[in-house]
Amino acid sequence: MSMLLIGHVVFWLVYAAILFVWRKQRIFWPLLALALLLLFNQIFTPGFFDLEIRDGRLFGSRIDILQQSTKVMLLALGMALVIGTGGVDLSVGAIMAVAGAVMAQLVVMHQCSPTVAILAALGVALAAGALNGLLVASFGIQPIVATLILMVAGRGIAQLISDGQAIPFSNETLSFIGSGYFLGLPFALTIVLIMLGITCLFTRKTALGLFIESVGDNDTASRFSGINARLVKFCVYIFCGLCAGIAGIVSTSNISRADANYTGLYLELDAILAVVIGGTALTGGRFYLVGSLVGALLIQTLTTTMYARNVSADIAPVPKALVIIAVCLLQSEKVRRFFARLLPAKKQTG
Amino acid sequence: MNRIKPKYIPIAATALVFLGLYIAGYLMFGEKFGSLRVFVNLFGDKAFLGVAAIGATFVILSGGIDLSVGSVVAFTSILIATLIEKGMSPPLALIIALGVGTVFGATMGFLIHHFELPPFLVTLGGMFLMRGLGFVIHEQSLAIKHEFYSKTIRELAIPLSEKLVLPFTATCLLVTILLASLLAIYTRFGRNIYAIGSSENSARLMGIQVGFTKIGTYAMAGFFSALAGCVATFYMQSGNPASFVGLELDAIAAVVIGGTLLTGGAGFIPGTLLGVLILGVIQTLINFQGNLNPSWTKIAVGFLLLVFILLQKAIAPRKSESSH
Repeated sequence: MSMLLIGHVVFWLVYAAILFVWRKQRIFWPLLALALLLLFNQIFTPGFFDLEIRDGRLFGSRIDILQQSTKVMLLALGMALVIGTGGVDLSVGAIMAVAGAVMAQLVVMHQCSPTVAILAALGVALAAGALNGLLVASFGIQPIVATLILMVAGRGIAQLISDGQAIPFSNETLSFIGSGYFLGLPFALTIVLIMLGITCLFTRKTALGLFIESVGDNDTASRFSGINARLVKFCVYIFCGLCAGIAGIVSTSNISRADANYTGLYLELDAILAVVIGGTALTGGRFYLVGSLVGALLIQTLTTTMYARNVSADIAPVPKALVIIAVCLLQSEKVRRFFARLLPAKKQTG
Repeated sequence: MNRIKPKYIPIAATALVFLGLYIAGYLMFGEKFGSLRVFVNLFGDKAFLGVAAIGATFVILSGGIDLSVGSVVAFTSILIATLIEKGMSPPLALIIALGVGTVFGATMGFLIHHFELPPFLVTLGGMFLMRGLGFVIHEQSLAIKHEFYSKTIRELAIPLSEKLVLPFTATCLLVTILLASLLAIYTRFGRNIYAIGSSENSARLMGIQVGFTKIGTYAMAGFFSALAGCVATFYMQSGNPASFVGLELDAIAAVVIGGTLLTGGAGFIPGTLLGVLILGVIQTLINFQGNLNPSWTKIAVGFLLLVFILLQKAIAPRKSESSH
């Protein structure tokens, strides 16, 4: 009992320290929202903060949240860059379904090794991203419209590949990816962290991140200043496709079946929401990677909280809707100005 | 013959595709496909999609987007079913449902206009909200057992020949299309929607009440979605909070295939009807074929979307890309 108490105290102290360190950053607000939600659970949801170690693995609601949110985290990484360029990618959910179907079909019907299946799935996802990129960057089509095409057709293609049925499979490598543990934590989380590391490296340590933000800020001006705006956009959509492919592999492996109808259904919306919660505006010009991951965690914590409190899964969209509207309002210039007038002494942080 | 004006090219292409698909069906399946019954059923079966797509057309004409369509249709259907189950007279239930849809749309419009929020996110919130609220009202499908539905709706069907009737749902669709077309072309409100869609700033400088028009457009979209929910209950004789997932995508696809520019400001309401009919014909073709995987419908729709968007891009006058 006392061990448990110490665990809680340590958790909250670390969290408070993180909040304090990042108090001036944009990420402070989603982190604070997550803290409030967790605090609510700490007080009102019995068992939510239980943490057990069994067979060298951690078990508990918080670990479940980490495991379940990996899909949206992966999508959010790619989506953050796309939204940073002022675009949006609606097709990621459908790409997940296609990648999952390709992988399952190769493993089950053609007895391919998991490596080949995974590479093929990633290849298909890259191709899908390239199609989006081609339409947006080369043909100059509005991103919502361009990616709508694959959003509609992609699910059809996935159903065609899987012949309209869910494909169950059992493969050790794949179930390790989907539900295995690494260093006591879900392995999928390791994938997220690796992807985050790579993305951060490329966008924050090279000029690429600056290019993305400049294209999102002003397409024409960045072209005049010598940035290949088209190439930047094209690459971003390909990367988003890749992330969606990985998310599809993780999600399909997690339940050990490829379901063309439900894999990634509505996850594009969750991913966009996660990115927006993370402080990235849909108008582009800025993007926040870690913030987007916190956004994904927040969404999943909200969902898990509702399940833990016996709210029916069908009604679960309602609180999510309220979060969307609240986040929108908080980011609206008008509302900010209103609050700024209320607190004239406090300087606005951006 | 004069050259066709560029603004008529998309709708002409749509009409050609519709004709082409119909002729293809006729050549492949003969008399059975070409019969009047198949044609009339297209209208009856796709009526709710058509009505919802009209609302989506207005929103897209104004330069916005509405993702809440499917949820609102499902919500309205279960609302009507529950109200009738509780003993309310059907006409009153329908009117209440239409009112709720309109108010809901107006609220979204208010948020979008007044707080300058992106329509994409606000209507996304609306989509989740209505989907959840539908389940709050009633958790499962609920059949409507009332004389109005079992008898009156049937009697309202218009006989076309001895064996064929025009279902009431089809009449609803045709009347709505007619009224909406007139509204778009001949009223000040309709013209203002086009103006805002072309350029909101210019419209404001011209003295058009942008706020009123925008909120009105979303209110109207909510109304049409609710009306589609009413038509859906006529068609299914039940309400279901879990139904019509993704209807908004079909509606948007129908609008784009129908020749309306997604950038706003250009398009025709009757074009949307053609778009809906094309979706219907594709489905009918695949049904007639029998052994074809139904998922080809989605692929075909996606392909048509691609073709029409590229076509729009090729003929559209260059708009500034920075306008979002």
